[in-house]
Amino acid sequence: MHTSSTRAVTTADSGRRGLGRTGAGAPAPGGTARRSGGRWRTPLLFLLPFGVLFIAMYLVPIVFAFVQSLFTLQRSGLGLEAPTLDFTPLANYTRLLGDTEFLASLGRVALFGLVQVPVMLGLALLLALLLDSRSARGKGFFRLAAFLPYAVPGVIAAVMWSFLYSPVTSPINTLLERVVGTGIPFFAPEIVLWAVANIVTWGWTGYNMLIIYSSLQTIPAETIEAARLDGAGPARIAWSIKIPMVRPALVLTAVFSIIGSAQLYNEPKVLQTISGGAISNTFTPLMAAQAQVTAQNYPYAAAQSVVLALLVGVLSFTFFKLTNRGER
Amino acid sequence: MTAPTLESATRLPRSDRPDASRPRRSNREANLASRLGVFALLGLSAFYFIMPIWWLVVASTKPAGHQFSEPGLWFDGFGLFENIALVFAESDGIFGRWMLNSVFYAGVSAVIGTLLSALAGYALAKYEFRGRGVVFGVILAAVLIPKVMFTLPLFLLFNQVGLLNNPLAVLLPSIVSPFGVYLARVFAAQSVPDELIEAGRIDGAGEFRIFFSIGVRIMSPALVTIFLFQFVEVWNNFLLPLMVLNDSALQPVTVGLVGWAGSNGQVPAGTVVVAALLSVVPLIIAFLGLQRFWRAGLTAGAVK
Repeated sequence: MHTSSTRAVTTADSGRRGLGRTGAGAPAPGGTARRSGGRWRTPLLFLLPFGVLFIAMYLVPIVFAFVQSLFTLQRSGLGLEAPTLDFTPLANYTRLLGDTEFLASLGRVALFGLVQVPVMLGLALLLALLLDSRSARGKGFFRLAAFLPYAVPGVIAAVMWSFLYSPVTSPINTLLERVVGTGIPFFAPEIVLWAVANIVTWGWTGYNMLIIYSSLQTIPAETIEAARLDGAGPARIAWSIKIPMVRPALVLTAVFSIIGSAQLYNEPKVLQTISGGAISNTFTPLMAAQAQVTAQNYPYAAAQSVVLALLVGVLSFTFFKLTNRGER
Repeated sequence: MTAPTLESATRLPRSDRPDASRPRRSNREANLASRLGVFALLGLSAFYFIMPIWWLVVASTKPAGHQFSEPGLWFDGFGLFENIALVFAESDGIFGRWMLNSVFYAGVSAVIGTLLSALAGYALAKYEFRGRGVVFGVILAAVLIPKVMFTLPLFLLFNQVGLLNNPLAVLLPSIVSPFGVYLARVFAAQSVPDELIEAGRIDGAGEFRIFFSIGVRIMSPALVTIFLFQFVEVWNNFLLPLMVLNDSALQPVTVGLVGWAGSNGQVPAGTVVVAALLSVVPLIIAFLGLQRFWRAGLTAGAVK
């Protein structure tokens, strides 16, 4: 399964293309009747509606933001005249490099990702292995229970958890106080990041678990049976056979979870109003950039957005390349 | 790496196939202790996942104003219907409007988006043309950079062209789904046979006619999956509508509800609790009712 899947990775494209060609021992589809011009025109027409909107809603805004980031807003000393835009290509980016709050927000989401992603994926993997084990009963129910949080929109989940965290209303703390004698101050400055992490973990563990679980399901029964006949116990089978075989699924979920951390916004934004100041306006990079937009500091907000998109892009492609190479 | 995993995701998970693929497990082999251990751990996880939603349901059924009464996780009196009426009466009934807005934004974007994705994905899978690799590379790149990263630049652009506070400012970006194109391409390549397309051509049908009468028909289960993922994505969207819509009557339920939750008690907390429950009910019903389609597109969804 491992090798075949990796082969599928690298040859997915060429394979399909090859199929198109061989399928056209008769002429290739699209190139049949109208060989001149028709080859191009039909796919172009098919792609056009999507392509136009894609360019308008993805490429144009980024280019526009980039251009805007090259200017700075000059407000006149007394604020009586309309502010003017000056072309100062590096000013915003220099400012950004010295913006301690923005840099701190980057550090915060990096820390968040370093801790939350392994915890969540470890949990997802453990649950997937338990579900896949021979001892599991009631699989349908547990699978559904884990997936249920995915049906709750991120911000609604955050609203819900804000009540569970609130010092005034928290049923969790009422319960803890009764059992352990003390509650958890969810909005204490050193805890609030992990309160946010819990909401994200709650929302996405089941989703990742199902991806890993469906990958576990593709392991051939004979492989596991052979290991069992060799005397391997369930833990040994999980460690030496199952986990290596679901590695592609683990890498996939890891990449997208890391990207998810970089765009952290919804949960902290919702908790902000009741956090008593523990969550600042610049808690995450996206919140920082949004704060600049709200302050109508558009060129600087544009610079932050461009840098963020670039960082996430580089992050994605690095992982994509690394994992692709590793597979080969 | 993404490519293969996505493709294997579009295959039916084995749990959907007859269980014959694995030899029947003997219950006796797994001893009672490990069965209990596994059950306890799974039970604990189920408690974690269900507890907040359970709390939401229980709190919503308590009489108005007593949403946070003890016991927190068990029923105490009944006022669900009264609570629902209160939610719909709050602020001149704006909540119903928000729900309809969400249905409108998510429904329209997902219908048009699925059609555009199907057209583009089908073309990428079924036609050979120069630049196909480049087009697909760009789309894959867009899949890898989350949409929310484009939101602030979109705001700046819409601000410039005067599209703020206009439903189009939410609809236009939401229609575009590179991930949908990706899925459609995979599905089309897998399920639409070249021979059928060829047969259609021999019968003299035009390319669009072939797409609508053969392609769409064969791809229709896959299109439902694409539709669902896009619908949920748009329904869950928060930052974009928050930025581009000021008029509360235009906002979707996510933005509206967060506004209520942050209103410092102007809207009673109990009402926010019940409204939160009401806003997830349609999605939970959709999940339970359409599980088959979710599972089919599940791994693929990881790309979002």
